Amino acid sequence: MPDGGADFVRIEGLKRYFDVSAPWLVRKLEGRPRQVVQAVDGIDIEIAKGETFSLVGESGCGKSTVARLVVGLYPPTAGRIEFDGNDMAGRHSRSDMAALRRRMQMIFQDPFASLNPRWRVFDIIAEPIRAFGLSTGKADLEARVAALLRQVKLNPADGRKYPHEFSGGQRQRISIARALASEPEFLVCDEPTSALDVSVQAQILNLMVDLQRRLQLTYLFISHNLAVVYHISTRVGVMYLGRLVEVAPTDTLFRRPKHPYTRMLLDTIPDLEMTGRQRSPVGGEVPSPINPPSGCTFHPRCPFANDRCKAERPKALPIEGGTVACHAIEEGRLPIEDRTYALNT
Amino acid sequence: MAAASRSGFSGWLHRVSDSDVWWSFKSSPMTVAAAVATFLIIAVAFLSPVLAPHTPFDPATLSLSDGLKPPVLVSPDGEWAFPLGTDDQGRDVLSSIMYGTRLSLIVSLAAVAVAMVLGISLGLISGYFGGAIDAVIMRVADVQLTFPAILVALLIDGVVRGLISVKRHDEIAIFVVVGAIGLSFWVSYARTVRGSVMVEKNKEYVQAARVIGLSPLLIMVRHVLPNVTGPVLVIATLNLGLAIITEATLSFLGVGLPSTEPSLGTLIRLGNEVLQSGDWWITVFPGVTLAALVLAVNLLGDWLRDALNPKLR
Repeated sequence: MPDGGADFVRIEGLKRYFDVSAPWLVRKLEGRPRQVVQAVDGIDIEIAKGETFSLVGESGCGKSTVARLVVGLYPPTAGRIEFDGNDMAGRHSRSDMAALRRRMQMIFQDPFASLNPRWRVFDIIAEPIRAFGLSTGKADLEARVAALLRQVKLNPADGRKYPHEFSGGQRQRISIARALASEPEFLVCDEPTSALDVSVQAQILNLMVDLQRRLQLTYLFISHNLAVVYHISTRVGVMYLGRLVEVAPTDTLFRRPKHPYTRMLLDTIPDLEMTGRQRSPVGGEVPSPINPPSGCTFHPRCPFANDRCKAERPKALPIEGGTVACHAIEEGRLPIEDRTYALNT
Repeated sequence: MAAASRSGFSGWLHRVSDSDVWWSFKSSPMTVAAAVATFLIIAVAFLSPVLAPHTPFDPATLSLSDGLKPPVLVSPDGEWAFPLGTDDQGRDVLSSIMYGTRLSLIVSLAAVAVAMVLGISLGLISGYFGGAIDAVIMRVADVQLTFPAILVALLIDGVVRGLISVKRHDEIAIFVVVGAIGLSFWVSYARTVRGSVMVEKNKEYVQAARVIGLSPLLIMVRHVLPNVTGPVLVIATLNLGLAIITEATLSFLGVGLPSTEPSLGTLIRLGNEVLQSGDWWITVFPGVTLAALVLAVNLLGDWLRDALNPKLR
């Protein structure tokens, strides 16, 4: 549960467009227009200190782009990102920027690509400590790295090995140790478990929950796995085609989903009890973000869409502790009802 | 994982003798022979001040009465003091070859080093930054490729000759040749490195370094460069053979090293001038040495290319 102000990380009107046009000459010769992918199209998120905010959605909806924007791997096309009251795009001196960067780190999806294969584990974990000048000497550095390895339940002697000598789960622990090395307060986790076996996923998630409790970390957690999200999150944002369609506390989202897209997503969760409950399968495919549908981008797949949905982009309405962007909910055409899913029965 | 936990030289030796590359080296007799030949030629060349029976380019030690002696084994006129015969100035052919090989090797190694430094730097910049910088560098590379190495070398040589006096030219000839060969070889390094960098820079370990806020220069040198060295090593070995040949060609054409300081190519040219009069040994022995050296180096390069290519294992 949030324990500080609701604005440790504040994202306002965040947009990121990618130019995917053909080269200039080809465009002119063949008379093709510029093409722009609207990967993230106006997103507002507030994350409180100590909470885990999850972003879910299908592939290509812009979740990972949000993660990369937040840690500064991409500059935003529009909008602002505030971290503990500091505008990340504002003018900062080199040392101020380094101080801000130190406080936020990222855990990546693919544990086989996120560690430099030529570096020993010790140097991989020591890199942020060296880069931010956190250690006082060689002995201190060694002690810090050993402590970090122990913190992620690896042996300090593992520091002398190379990444290829470890399994996927162990590599992800190394990745977490590196992210923790600069003593950050905010971790952006881009599908940290989706490349792992199910049994290892649980270990990594439990480790992350444990670390969060001990180090008072704040997480922005990106995933497409609803079971994982249910397990780890305090609040969940549902993304569709670069926009947030619904934000709600985890329990509310899974018990009383409001947006038709959220309901469809939850209907895809398999349940072992075979309740025989009627499900509405997710129909159709995600439209191309190059030419998103007008109005509410979900209207071509939505069973409740009317003419207003095709023309007007819905605004985020505050409702039951969260927000939802849906005309049908706003107009009361779509009743909100309690549901049970395999996850929370 | 015992191998990894050992440290120091013995650990290194153990890792090398345990590696796939060493196994593939051992199991190819041709490669072992090529390596031995290369090593022998290089060792003899660099030890020539100690090993050579004469110092052929010190006029004080030469005597015209020793001129044009044939090799010992083919003619009773030969002397054991000059096993491979002498040229018209009385210079020992064997000693000339040893000194000449050393010079050829120095020039080629330096030229490959120049090409590597230039090519790797431009390739890293091109691949990492992309966009307009990439386009400019790669177009320059395309244009460069349309000029053969000889033409570039002739061009540079011509410009330098125009700028300075003939006397000074002999002194800086070696730098001109190194620069010319280096300039004409950088493209293959730049292209290979650029390709590898474009693959590596999107990997998450590079992004992790960016999240920390490391500068692009540090990221390129510390993270990207060590991961693109494999293909560069192969090109460098194959290029060394090519550089030796190019240097010999330039010297043979008379735009390379001067006859006061001859490389293998210069020796072949000088011998070629008297070849019609039957004094074949002056040009044939340097020619054979050149062929043997280039063949050995190229065999090594071919093997390295296959050994480092996981798809061929």
